[in-house]
Amino acid sequence: MFGPLTVKPKNSKGDKTGSWRTLSRPNYLHQNCIACRMCLMICPEGCVSGKEKNAFSVDYTFCKGCGLCADICPKKDIEMVSEESKREES
Amino acid sequence: MKEFLEGSHAIAEIIKSCQPGVISAYPITPQTHIVEDLAQMVSSGELKSQFVNVESEHSAASVVLGGSATGVRVYTATSSQGLFLMQEVVFNIAGMRLPIVMTCANRAISAPINIWNDQQDSISLRDSGWFQIYAEDNQEAVDFHLIAYRLAEDKRVMLPVMVCMDGFILTHGMETVDMPEQDKVNKFLPAYKPLYKLDTADPISMGLLADPDYYMETRFAIQETMRESIGYLFDISKEFNNVFGRDYKDLLVEEYQVEDAEKVIVAMGSVCGTIKEVVDEQRAKGKKVGLLRIISYRPFPYARIYEALKDVPKVAVLDKSVSLGAYAPVAVEVKSAFFGKKKGPKVISSFVGGLGGRDITMETIHEVFRRLGAKEVNFDFVDLKPELLKEEYGE
Amino acid sequence: MKEIRIHARAGQGAITTAALLGFSYFNEGRYPYAFPNFGAARMGAPMNAFVRVDSDPVRLRSQIYEPDYVIIVDSTLLRGYNCFSGLKEDGVAIINGKEDLELPKLKAKQSVFVVPANEIALRNIGRPLGNTALIGAFAAATGELKLDNLIEVVKKRFSGKAQEGNIKAVQEGFEFVKKGIK
Repeated sequence: MFGPLTVKPKNSKGDKTGSWRTLSRPNYLHQNCIACRMCLMICPEGCVSGKEKNAFSVDYTFCKGCGLCADICPKKDIEMVSEESKREES
Repeated sequence: MKEFLEGSHAIAEIIKSCQPGVISAYPITPQTHIVEDLAQMVSSGELKSQFVNVESEHSAASVVLGGSATGVRVYTATSSQGLFLMQEVVFNIAGMRLPIVMTCANRAISAPINIWNDQQDSISLRDSGWFQIYAEDNQEAVDFHLIAYRLAEDKRVMLPVMVCMDGFILTHGMETVDMPEQDKVNKFLPAYKPLYKLDTADPISMGLLADPDYYMETRFAIQETMRESIGYLFDISKEFNNVFGRDYKDLLVEEYQVEDAEKVIVAMGSVCGTIKEVVDEQRAKGKKVGLLRIISYRPFPYARIYEALKDVPKVAVLDKSVSLGAYAPVAVEVKSAFFGKKKGPKVISSFVGGLGGRDITMETIHEVFRRLGAKEVNFDFVDLKPELLKEEYGE
Repeated sequence: MKEIRIHARAGQGAITTAALLGFSYFNEGRYPYAFPNFGAARMGAPMNAFVRVDSDPVRLRSQIYEPDYVIIVDSTLLRGYNCFSGLKEDGVAIINGKEDLELPKLKAKQSVFVVPANEIALRNIGRPLGNTALIGAFAAATGELKLDNLIEVVKKRFSGKAQEGNIKAVQEGFEFVKKGIK
């Protein structure tokens, strides 16, 4: 039995920071995305992934709902929506 | 007077009434509240003491070493990694026979980093020449600090004392504490008069080089003092009871429903409260179970443990620390109390639990009693998560 | 023995809530043990605080899994957690939330009080810290503590403007539940 406790990027042990989200979460509209990757770079949790235009997504298990991705998006293609609203399964 | 206090705050209050001349500490969870409160008291003038801010625990320990060497009462507190960073100085303090009192807010050791409670930190420094006493509740944690200074500064002793209290469970737990009044503290703990000190008018050197001709006797001296101190602890606790109206027997062990017991758990610290609950519950059902609580881990009370457990058929030792690659630390000591003796338990099983803050519930204690059967368990964990083991480490 | 479990996010004052409840029990001659359980120890992370109280000093040191009472300081926690886990058959839950809050199905004898503690706090303290309104509501819903005693404890804990506002919050929380019970 051997192995240190390790994690891959965009992951953690125990602290699923998605539980910190209170009021709103980002919604990726996938309409005007130019794949500039700014949402991916600014995310403090590193939980945004994607390569192609209009194909970026966020891992809600870790998204804290800080809104930085929506704020920085130059094409306003990410909006913050109420946590109460239904989430579209992607 | 009875008050409702956070454990850390109660410790700060009792240290204030001990009037240390020098305090130095570096903040670390879960010790932080203690030194925060003391810093506040010093800055507001409530406590006349020199609070030395430092950049690390190594420096904090060095400052109190220096302070104590100049002949004043000193205080420090730490936890976990902080205690390990102090380690070099911790051994020096004992070797220089300085009567320093330290609070260890017991916490797990990295890696992986973990701020929660177990007793690995202080247990790992068991060989340092410090007394180690473990509190069950905040009342004891408060009282033990008074006893600690009294014991440390006893001219027959002159050794440092570590008062160990479980991190979060006690340090951050608020409960009713009967705070000792200042006049009684003054009566029980007179001002510190050093046996020796650094003094320009009468110079001495301390902590000097001892070559092979001299070194071993210094260790013999500490060993002898520790052995003799078992008797002093009895006297001091009696005196403490007289002044404060408490009921400490000898500060070595506490026997709880041990006399006619068929199964006894041996443990240290706050978990003993939980065990007492289970013992009462089982006794009400007619099961003969008990608890032997070790209060003094250094010096280790072999004779008292032998006396208490010699007629008990089955004993389980519940450690909150490990000695990786060997049997559990407290279990080893308990077993050795019976080695070569005619009487003793048929079974002494060893369990480790509560590491890194894993909650020890009444069910955990039931589990220990259940697994304490005819077959001795040399070493095993309780409350392991098999599904996690499989996920992280494979079959 | 009574056991209270408080659900909150770090920074919302759950430890203060536990402490205030503890002080109140202490003043009424009982033996409380109030203690926190931290998770990530970061603002916003879910955390618990507990109060266990008895007529004798409390020795049991484990966390609380089968509470008599649950106080939920932040109703957004209901989304990801089962805050009612282990709640006794006749348990009482006090939730800081709005009237239209969606609640899970509870057992027949369990009761829930949804208190607009944030609103009460904003009106009286100027900040959305609903703790004092919640302990007022707790006293009214459970009959465990006297209102006068709570006010005394709040007086000792806070000073100046905060004291005034928090006393009002305790009273309003208390009255909100009392009205509902009638």
